[in-house]
Amino acid sequence: MTPEDNRYAKSHEYVHPEAEGDLVVIGITDYAQKELGDVVFVELPQVGAELELGDEFGSIESVKAVSELFSPVSGEVVEVNDALNLKPELVNTDPYGDGWMMKMRLSVPEEVEEMMTAEEYEEYVEKESAH
Amino acid sequence: MSDDAANLKKTPLNGVEHDLGGKMVDFGGWELPVQFAGILEEHASVRERVGLFDVSHMGELTVNGPDALTLLQRATCNDVSKLENGRAQYNGLLYPTAGFVDDILIYQNSPDDFFIVVNASNTDKDYEWIADAAKGMDVDVRNVSADYAQLALQGPEAERLLQPRTDVSRGAMKYDHFGTGHVDCVTVIVSRTGTRGDGRDEIHRQTAAGPPIQRSLTAASATTGGLGARDTLRLEAKMALYGNDIDGTTTPIEADLGWIVKVDKGDFFGRDVLQREKSEGPRRKLVGFEMVDRGIGRHGYPVVDGSEEIGVVTSGTHSPTLKKALGLAYLPLDKSAPGSEFMVLIRGKETRARVVPTPFYKRAK
Repeated sequence: MTPEDNRYAKSHEYVHPEAEGDLVVIGITDYAQKELGDVVFVELPQVGAELELGDEFGSIESVKAVSELFSPVSGEVVEVNDALNLKPELVNTDPYGDGWMMKMRLSVPEEVEEMMTAEEYEEYVEKESAH
Repeated sequence: MSDDAANLKKTPLNGVEHDLGGKMVDFGGWELPVQFAGILEEHASVRERVGLFDVSHMGELTVNGPDALTLLQRATCNDVSKLENGRAQYNGLLYPTAGFVDDILIYQNSPDDFFIVVNASNTDKDYEWIADAAKGMDVDVRNVSADYAQLALQGPEAERLLQPRTDVSRGAMKYDHFGTGHVDCVTVIVSRTGTRGDGRDEIHRQTAAGPPIQRSLTAASATTGGLGARDTLRLEAKMALYGNDIDGTTTPIEADLGWIVKVDKGDFFGRDVLQREKSEGPRRKLVGFEMVDRGIGRHGYPVVDGSEEIGVVTSGTHSPTLKKALGLAYLPLDKSAPGSEFMVLIRGKETRARVVPTPFYKRAK
């Protein structure tokens, strides 16, 4: 269920390494979209924005609530998923695929190594949902 | 959370809701489902077909005795003497300041026998307030909340679904009417109250035997809904929610509920204030708005004019039916006309919104 080739942040974003070098795709996890419920709009950063690890890069509104999005890595935003403007529900239906949020060029690639693996993230979520 | 979860109050349907995969939350001390399949899907089911909600957490009080009518006339702003046996009335239980103790539904069994449905989190407060006002009167006030489960069946197919299962007469299912009888052989009160914008909202009540009726109705195609969809549905119909849109600091005139204020019925708590607000106009007014800029104005967000805070958003959501961001806000009277634009501060950012006529949604007849 949780893709093995991604890394995961405690704030429930994932980082998916692109084949080419230091480019990564960022979105929120399946667990996060389920917690949020029906997503109705996603606010994303400008292409070219420079983000530090932990920076707020946007927000996501579901019918129920609003949540901030935090960058799990440092780098430059090179592309954002404009499809989410018209179809924010892609975050619910395909969080690891068409529901991606932005592509970044890493400035500190080692940060990705510090993130959780799929297995570690699943354990983390299990603990969090059990409280 | 598991420590707290053990202390939460549970409705008779709690087990069923867990079995159905409800996402449970702490709602004012009750463990209740916020959603099942998803808010959008549950909302659409009610608009297009029929949905079933567990509202057993709501409180029930009874007021009995020769002075029952006198007591309720004094404690509320609507004219209870206009009620007939078998009719229900939306009303405000008010402080002497005209602020809401609660907004309530009063059912008249007879002129000395009333049944009152109140908001869950206000039950004890309402009971104490009414019992206190009853001092010296020949009347018996009781909190009977623990004896009742309550289900809300809502949507265009509600009547078709309920009719074959009940011996309560069709006449009792007209708007603002109720009757006692059976649903699936369980003794109940059936009423049509609630969301005017919806046309239909049948609520039945029964003594602690909710699950069989719940199973029967869902098996017959009612979609089970949670608090999330209930909130988007009531907001589209501009039903004020206690704790969000109205509370002890807001009057019925400010809340745009002037239709439940009958200043000519005789003396009652808050009458002077309401009389003045009726003639001079209230200081502020609850209006419906939609967002012009992107974003959703939510509960507690300030309304600003430059550096000045001039109002506050009390409810806000994405409307599943109208597919836009809308909400309710208190604005100064001179800025409350439909078409007026104002700024909502959304996480520090000024975001444009516009006053619109309400209800936002009205079911086609």
